[in-house]
Amino acid sequence: MKILKKEILAENSGIKITKLEILSPELAKKAKAGQFVALMVSEKGERIPLTIVDSNQAEGIITLIFQEAGLTTKLLGKMNIGDSLYSLTGPLGHATEIKNYGRVILVGGGVGIAEIYPVAKALKKAGNHVSAILGARNKDFLILEPEMKAVCDELLVVTDDGSYSRKGFTTDILDELLKKGGYDLVYAVGPIPMMRKAAGVTKNYNIKTIVSLNALMVDATGMCGGCRVNVAGKTKFSCVDGPEFDAAMVDWEALDKRNKIYKEQEKHICNLYKL
Amino acid sequence: MKKEPIKIKEKEASERSANFEEVVLGYSEEEALEEASRCLQCKNPACSSGCPVGIDIKKFIAAIVRKDYKSAYFTIREKNDFPSMCGRVCPAEYQCRKACVLTKKGSPFASEQAINIHFLERFVGDYGMKNNLKILASSEEKSAKLKVAVVGSGPAGLCCAGELARKGIKVVIFESLHQSGGVLRYGIPPFRLPRDILDYEINYLQNLGVEIIPNYIIGKIKTLDELFSEGFTHIFLGLGAGVPAFLGVEGENLCNIYSVNEFLTRINLMSAYKFPEFHTPINVGRHIVIIGGGNTAMDAARSALRLQKLKGILHDTTIIYRRTEVEMPARRLEIEHAKEEGVKFEFLVQPLGFSGNEEGFVKKIRCLRCRLGEPDSSGRRRPVPIEGSDFEMDCDLAVIAIGLQANQVLTSVTPQLKTDKYFDVVVDPKTMETSMARVFAGGDIVGGEGTVIEAMGMAKIAAKAILA
Repeated sequence: MKILKKEILAENSGIKITKLEILSPELAKKAKAGQFVALMVSEKGERIPLTIVDSNQAEGIITLIFQEAGLTTKLLGKMNIGDSLYSLTGPLGHATEIKNYGRVILVGGGVGIAEIYPVAKALKKAGNHVSAILGARNKDFLILEPEMKAVCDELLVVTDDGSYSRKGFTTDILDELLKKGGYDLVYAVGPIPMMRKAAGVTKNYNIKTIVSLNALMVDATGMCGGCRVNVAGKTKFSCVDGPEFDAAMVDWEALDKRNKIYKEQEKHICNLYKL
Repeated sequence: MKKEPIKIKEKEASERSANFEEVVLGYSEEEALEEASRCLQCKNPACSSGCPVGIDIKKFIAAIVRKDYKSAYFTIREKNDFPSMCGRVCPAEYQCRKACVLTKKGSPFASEQAINIHFLERFVGDYGMKNNLKILASSEEKSAKLKVAVVGSGPAGLCCAGELARKGIKVVIFESLHQSGGVLRYGIPPFRLPRDILDYEINYLQNLGVEIIPNYIIGKIKTLDELFSEGFTHIFLGLGAGVPAFLGVEGENLCNIYSVNEFLTRINLMSAYKFPEFHTPINVGRHIVIIGGGNTAMDAARSALRLQKLKGILHDTTIIYRRTEVEMPARRLEIEHAKEEGVKFEFLVQPLGFSGNEEGFVKKIRCLRCRLGEPDSSGRRRPVPIEGSDFEMDCDLAVIAIGLQANQVLTSVTPQLKTDKYFDVVVDPKTMETSMARVFAGGDIVGGEGTVIEAMGMAKIAAKAILA
């Protein structure tokens, strides 16, 4: 649970994306693409889920990448090399089903790029033709571009403001690619509005689309049901039934609302801790 | 002349319900002596048959009367590793006290006249704790050859570990959460089971040599086969019934509708009632509705009420239950405590659905009134909805406490482990061995929703079989 390496991937106007390499040999051995961990920064901390971005079995290391949003991610961002997490549990959730689908498109928005990276890597290894669309608000927040380039056959980048590569949204590019046809799977991770829009786009082309949801969790082992989402009219737990679901079946509006349950408290506690 | 039962001292309802400190204060020595002296010392006592772990109740009560508390302690400890805990959370009115000869025949739970066995057990347990009385682990030749993995540190796992460690067997408990205790930690609030008591009982095991590894999910980080290949000779599964059931009604996923597990886990395990000192938040409503009639429903209601008082909100917490008070599975003491503290009850009411506002927060609950019909398979009279009796209640926070199901994290990746239609693990009741050789199971993963002491009873059978 010790932090061995820390790298600030992006920092601008108070927003920060950090990469941590954490010593956890048993986790590194078992972690598969698509899975996540639950961690606490301190004894009084919250349990939060984070995707396992990479794992190095030989060195016993897992990699986490997060954007500071609430108190816990801010405190995590303040931790340094040599510090230990208070708790770290995993690997949680179902792993991505890795097989040769044919031609796949991965869409990553913001810090979601970190979440599609292990999937891109695994899908490429399984023989797929991998196209990836990366989107960031601006040049500063585009993360993992070289890493993604190394595992993709085709890489397309957009920024909201056009400060790097093409100006626009990932879903615009997704629509363009799908128009050309010949794709077998879309895998999208990013902010809820992006995933929702991606689901809308792919629906027109009747192409299977997987999303990895970022619902609020407590134990993350199926015990509390806090992360429940409506999928195809049924209640599912993101932690043990997911985190991946068929994008076309997700009730996005309900998920978006449930993710804002503690908006006020989060603001309050961040102010209180001056973070 | 028949002596009256000695009432237990409790904190005033108005004072206690604004914090999470323990409500029941326990007997003083004089009170314990007086209560113990009421015991008839029956020639053929029935009380012990009501105890799932078979404590020699007559014997320990006689020892109290002699003021030989040490002997009383070791008498209990022979059968029960956690007297201070059980003395607090056992539903004695359905168990030993119901079996007490002073309970009127045919009564659904213990009569008031029945000896307060659980309070005496608590007195003795706390005496042992204060005086640091300890059982030493024996070392038998056989024990050196055994190494047991216990999965889950709830009541079943702790008990099994304790039973084995006493015999000098190396036991490692794997716990998925960051703290041990299972439901004792995340489910039972500190006002019923103070954390120092729980910690003491768990420390006691560690002193016996039990190792507890937290943050470790068997089924995810390791399989049962891997545990065997690492040198464990036996495995005990105390997985618990960790998955909350939902009603399946409209609007159930609105914001501020919690499963009882989430509500209590936030409060108990994560200390959300101390937010922002602790970082896990919880919302508090003005009109809180708890659905269910079991102990967890009482715990949730009393916790909700405390949150309202801590927040300075005029308390309004209502339990709705589809049968009547008599059929409620909760401990009578908890029902009384809830009432004293100001929890309201709506009996014979069944939820139909929830509606919310623009932001997706619950605002109303729609219900239906019921009447009692014929008894169902549980022996309790079935609630029959009364047509056209729909009504609405204000509800800006709801807790669903209608039951728990098996967690399938481990069983779903262990096909050799036979489960039933409820996904509970199937065992041989004589040994608690599962369909996998040398893998045993006990507690709620076997019996559905039981009590702490029932889980311990099963764990003891398994421990005995492992030792055999």
